[in-house]
Amino acid sequence: MSKNLGQLDRMVHGAYEAGWTTDIESDTLAPGLNEDTVRFISARKQEPEWLLQWRLKAFRHWQTMVHPEWAHVHYPPIDYQSISYYSAPRRPGEGPQSLDEVDPELLRTYEKLGIPLHERAALAGVAVDAVFDSVSVVTTFKDKLAEAGVIFCPISEAVREHPELIRKYLGSVVPFRDNFFAGLNSAVFSDGSFVYVPKGVRCPMELSTYFRINARNTGQFERTLIVADEGSHVSYLEGCTAPQRDENQLHAAVVELIALKGAEIKYSTVQNWYPGDAEGRGGIYNFVTKRGIAHENAKISWTQVETGSAITWKYPSVILQGDNAVGEFYSVALTRGMQQADTGTKMVHVGRNTRSTIVSKGISAMRAENSYRGLVHIGAGAENARNHTQCDSLLIGDRCGAHTFPYIESRNPSATVEHEATTSKVGDDQLFLCRQRGLDPEKAVSMIVNGFCKQVFRELPMEFAVEAGKLLEVSLEGAVG
Amino acid sequence: MLKITNLHATVADTPILKGLNLEINAGEVHAIMGPNGSGKSTLAAVLAGRDGYEVTAGSIEYLGRDLLALAVEERARAGVFLAFQYPVEIPGVSNMEFLRASLEAVRSHRGEPNLSAVEFMKLARATSAQLQLDPEFLKRGVNEGFSGGEKKRNEILQMLLLQPNLAILDETDSGLDIDALQVVADGVNALRSPERAIIMVTHYQRLLDYVVPDQVHVLADGRILRSGGRELALELEAKGYGWLRDDAA
Ligand SMILES: Nc1ncnc2c1ncn2[C@@H]1O[C@H](COP(=O)(O)OP(=O)(O)OP(=O)(O)O)[C@@H](O)[C@H]1O
Ligand SMILES: [Mg+2]
Repeated sequence: MSKNLGQLDRMVHGAYEAGWTTDIESDTLAPGLNEDTVRFISARKQEPEWLLQWRLKAFRHWQTMVHPEWAHVHYPPIDYQSISYYSAPRRPGEGPQSLDEVDPELLRTYEKLGIPLHERAALAGVAVDAVFDSVSVVTTFKDKLAEAGVIFCPISEAVREHPELIRKYLGSVVPFRDNFFAGLNSAVFSDGSFVYVPKGVRCPMELSTYFRINARNTGQFERTLIVADEGSHVSYLEGCTAPQRDENQLHAAVVELIALKGAEIKYSTVQNWYPGDAEGRGGIYNFVTKRGIAHENAKISWTQVETGSAITWKYPSVILQGDNAVGEFYSVALTRGMQQADTGTKMVHVGRNTRSTIVSKGISAMRAENSYRGLVHIGAGAENARNHTQCDSLLIGDRCGAHTFPYIESRNPSATVEHEATTSKVGDDQLFLCRQRGLDPEKAVSMIVNGFCKQVFRELPMEFAVEAGKLLEVSLEGAVG
Repeated sequence: MLKITNLHATVADTPILKGLNLEINAGEVHAIMGPNGSGKSTLAAVLAGRDGYEVTAGSIEYLGRDLLALAVEERARAGVFLAFQYPVEIPGVSNMEFLRASLEAVRSHRGEPNLSAVEFMKLARATSAQLQLDPEFLKRGVNEGFSGGEKKRNEILQMLLLQPNLAILDETDSGLDIDALQVVADGVNALRSPERAIIMVTHYQRLLDYVVPDQVHVLADGRILRSGGRELALELEAKGYGWLRDDAA
């Protein structure tokens, strides 16, 4: 049987396909972090005084905070002074530009990633905002969205063009005091996407942002803010990749979602940051704060498929503020090699009859560690709140680990909280059955893993469900003779 | 078609097969009977090439080739099919998806073109109807929540789709109700042809009423202890295995 395990190990050794770099001229700020860094970024973005002050407040507060140690992940201390906090491809003017002005090398980068920004036909029905290192390089389909009244633009542009919305909502769900990485992000965030969907509007297309870290020694601190006004509906997808580099790169993003009365936000992530090599060298540290607030009758749904990053520390959460609000979290996290993932969700039930569903699928292969950490909090006023949590782990081989840390706090006796957890192995039996029917071992493992994830893939927008399946397949691919 | 010579095999360093000889010609159906733990499933696993079953001596020739040199999936593509004694579940992978992937793998090896989605559906539906299996089973996860008998019928469904040269049925008749036994037997008889051979491992001579074998073998202590015609099964049913051992001793 040990022969079998060796084979599985090789199989999950798939090479990282997005690991190349783009040779492009860029303006990169020297490494280091102090108030001047914050001022520089703010000035570069031509930000109003109030935002600079907000950043500085965040920075001063961050300096008093300590690095969180509770997650089930291990890494050497990060030297925040050795990171560059701003890098932008050099370009003629400031502000968003038309595709003709974009450096062709950049367009080729996205094309290689499978996101041809200039072939609009290929992306029919999906508007894309592409963020390269610290800045947004291009947003497609702006006109068509504008017709529907939907705002979809780089957050730096929104600061200038829609200051009232930014001032009202920025930091309203994730205040800079929230946690160490949110504090850091608030001080130095460079770009990200902003979405506003007006009252009663169903966004006419999928919105998506692709994040790419290119420059060396650069952190990416993007900030995404999505506001769905009353009765509106929007589906948003983010995708992420980074080049293969020996040193670790920090990604500390903040995503805030606001679903006003009766609104619905569906937020999907396909995350494929460079995970580091088999010995654990290099890779992205993905420390992300994602949170949404759902008002009366509103619904927020997080779906994530995570196969990348050396370390993932991420808990997309929903505050179920209004009565009848609904929160959902569907997650697939695949870890292999030396990857570590500590991920899960928080569902905070405040309103009456609020409902939340959590489906988490963790897959570990080789020597990876995969932890699910979930909090379900039922407040005193959350009459008849209901939560259902299902947490499944799949192990490939016998040197990896899966851990489940469910926390349940219920202050209201009328609430119902259910938790189910299972751990299974890709069995020799299953593999043998598949091979006996003529499938090669790679195909067999990918089929078994895909089957395990089906419940989550079903939640992804159609176009991306296929992509996610392929991503898993690629991540599981290896040299099987 | 199949020639097993002096086969010795161990599982976890325990010798299980100890000098087994067996020869099967194309067009024949052989039944293998024998006490629990005598090595019948081990023989099936060795034929299919399962990891962990180590052949320490002997040879297996299949269609003129050295079967032991082939990987599990290569044997399968070359037409060796094993219907499992205990079929496993693969949650979330639909039966349809599984059958299609498997049929494609086998057909492409034979140099046959892939069936279109529509052709495949038609074939899969027709075959399940033949086995009186509700087409809804095609949409469910592979064996997921199937009853014992349904799992066995699902194995035969796979066999009929793949049209193997050598089918090894490991106690496919166990756990079937009387009607299902008839249905499965009809399926096996449908596969019978001058180019194919079938090995049926069974404890009950009843199956042999429906699928009449050319030969019956008794496997005990890792060897073929006796071979005979259809009547050997009836004799075993009446007398058990003890007298054979005493005979041999
Ligand atoms: N992994 C293993 N480790 C040790 N012994 C094993 C292992 N697998 C099988 N065996 C032993 O090999 C012997 C033969 O088992 P096998 O399953 O081939 O029997 P069988 O003839 O198919 O029996 P049954 O009629 O009950 O299905 C048994 O004694 C069994 O306990
Ligand atoms: Mg057996």
